[in-house]
Amino acid sequence: MTLSVTAPSGVTHQMADAWRRQTSLRRLYTVLGIGLLLAAMFSSMWFADEANAGHFFDRLPHILDFLSWLVPKDWNDVWRALFDIASPHDTGTQEFNFPLGRVYIWGGFYIPEYFELMLTTVNVALVSTFIGFIFAVPFSFIAARNLTPHPALRLVVKRFMELLRAFPEIVIAGLFAAIVSTGPIAAIIAIGLHSIGALGKLFYEINENIDMRAEEGLKAVGANWFERVRFADLPQVLPNFMSYTLLRVEINVRASTIIGAVGGGGIGEELKLSISRGFGAKTLALVLLLFTTIFIIDQFSAWLRRKLVGEQAFLMGGA
Amino acid sequence: MTADEIKAIEERFPHVFHRPFHQRFWPLFLVAGTVLYLIYALWFFSLPQVLRESHWERLPLFLSQWISYDLQPEFRLDQPEITPKYPRFSALGDNPNPDWVVRNADGTFTVLIDGQPKSVTFDKTKATIVANGQTVPVALTSGKPVISGPVPDWITAHDDEVVAKMGFVGEVRVSVDRVKVRKRFLGWANFVFDTRSPFFGKSAGEVISLIWSGPELKAGTSNLALAGDNIWNNAQWQHGDVWTKLLQTIVMAFLGTLLGAFVAFPLAFFAARNITPSGLLSQVLKRFFDFMRSVDMLIWALFFTRAFGPGPLAGSAAIFFTEIGTLGKTYSESLENIDDKPREGIKSTGANGLLVQRYGVMPEVIPVFISQTLYQWESNTRGATIIGAVGAGGIGLKLWEAMRTNSNWANVFYMVLLTLLVVFVFDNISNFLRRRLSRTIHDYNRIQAEQG
Repeated sequence: MTLSVTAPSGVTHQMADAWRRQTSLRRLYTVLGIGLLLAAMFSSMWFADEANAGHFFDRLPHILDFLSWLVPKDWNDVWRALFDIASPHDTGTQEFNFPLGRVYIWGGFYIPEYFELMLTTVNVALVSTFIGFIFAVPFSFIAARNLTPHPALRLVVKRFMELLRAFPEIVIAGLFAAIVSTGPIAAIIAIGLHSIGALGKLFYEINENIDMRAEEGLKAVGANWFERVRFADLPQVLPNFMSYTLLRVEINVRASTIIGAVGGGGIGEELKLSISRGFGAKTLALVLLLFTTIFIIDQFSAWLRRKLVGEQAFLMGGA
Repeated sequence: MTADEIKAIEERFPHVFHRPFHQRFWPLFLVAGTVLYLIYALWFFSLPQVLRESHWERLPLFLSQWISYDLQPEFRLDQPEITPKYPRFSALGDNPNPDWVVRNADGTFTVLIDGQPKSVTFDKTKATIVANGQTVPVALTSGKPVISGPVPDWITAHDDEVVAKMGFVGEVRVSVDRVKVRKRFLGWANFVFDTRSPFFGKSAGEVISLIWSGPELKAGTSNLALAGDNIWNNAQWQHGDVWTKLLQTIVMAFLGTLLGAFVAFPLAFFAARNITPSGLLSQVLKRFFDFMRSVDMLIWALFFTRAFGPGPLAGSAAIFFTEIGTLGKTYSESLENIDDKPREGIKSTGANGLLVQRYGVMPEVIPVFISQTLYQWESNTRGATIIGAVGAGGIGLKLWEAMRTNSNWANVFYMVLLTLLVVFVFDNISNFLRRRLSRTIHDYNRIQAEQG
């Protein structure tokens, strides 16, 4: 088979040259971009290493030493720590005083300490997600361009939610720790406020993409703003709202663990103590419990979201 | 509308009018369940008790401290001569002589807390407090402060002390042997130069002229270098330290996300069901991603803080490990959603496996990957602040330490503002880049659609 070129050969030459120039320019940009990125990466590595208390290459040979404290003398101690069962290694030190933390409910029936702490962390996440949801729903209808009752109000609510989203949770937690005393309530307030901003943003973006015909239909029969939102808009967006709220629960369980570690109570605080004191069995028990809980919550929420909105639930969204 | 017509409509749409029980009532169950849960949570956190014991009156005080500072001169009355004393390290420096403390001709002192209408005038025998249009004389001769006349509600008379609260601007405490004044100023004290700096107390014009052409204030150093050093090492605001820590936070998020992307990128190809050569490998890798994500950034941060010592290296490593999981998961999911036709086309030319990925898959997914990575970068910039507080480096720890003392809220606010600024700037960069990319994706899809 022969290829026939109908255009005059001068033009093809010009085109080929132009194309070659373009690709070589593009290649140059790609190389430059990657070079810049690598330069930034290596200088960042150097900077992080300089500023760290221990340096990477000094510490690297000792990584295994560090892991060795994690290995308990007796692997059964991990289960004993998890379920608050007395250990034969108990010498009265904090490392093995497992039964001390039992939370007695009724007679001899008790909840192991770590389960109680995990419950606190999960409850903080759930309550703060609820707070976020309750405030984010009305805010999102005000902040959506197509549904807002007033453009000025929209701008105010949008900026307010932006502020809530960007404000470091740890500062809100610290501020309220000084007011309601350290503990889970301060964590709830901090994570709840952040959730309002985060959910509100996702919600109003959903609202801006709804089908407006139902809304117009209700407007035509003289429905007011609340009635339109309730009967035309909410039914369309509720599955998506629920899906994002579930995603938020996953994120908030992690956030509540972290806030816990800096004084918000719950399992985070215990984990931080246990790691900093080098309690092998306790640390493993805590990590196991936390990992399992987060894994179960993630999988359950993923399953529920898939039921609610289908595969769409797995598009990116969060923060 | 007649009854028959209504009936006809009902029969035509049975799925609207005769829904099964669970479909009709599930919202009700959901609401009832939520209410029950909230009651349980109320009990679990013993909320009524916590609220009863909380100190809400501190909130406005703390918030006002974010944007103001106070000076607290004290006047001893039991010394031979009354002299104002300021706390050590007060914002006024070593030689305080503010114009709102007036030594009158008759030997009395007047402290103007908010001009003449809110002030206190005193000598060893009596004090006169003026505020809210009222003048309250306090006699100090009988061994305890005695108010003659009615006591207004802004004054609290204790046995040994009279406290006059004047709102935001401050308060006066009078007892027999001393007068204490707290005067509050809006703004941040000594933000540029601290009290030890030779530039302290000079106006901006004076400082500029000193830097421009003044004599060397410290032998051997130019005034510009001295001023820079004084600002950078400002003892009260610690600009140098704060900015370095802020940079650490940025670096942690950048390094962690980038390294995570580098590791997750090749792994995602082996985890994507439609690309991987082995289903087992895909399952193993996906569970590995789940594991890295579920172990959680906090646990990684605590571990690496112990391994490498506190600092940004630990934070970067924590973000890196979490990101392998998150990015691996999102990358492999977008790989599973690609259009298979380009791959088949490249395959049909006899290209080997690597080339099929390079020319059949990458053009489609690279913009999506970059967009997802930018998104994670943005969210990690926020997250890096928090894990810093457990010792993983960056501004988080500094913030937490400043907050724990409950006395340095202005510094906290300064750091919060910087953090907000960083988050804002990085959000915008990432949004801008993602919008550019989504245009690329959009164009790509449109061209594909046009070509059928």
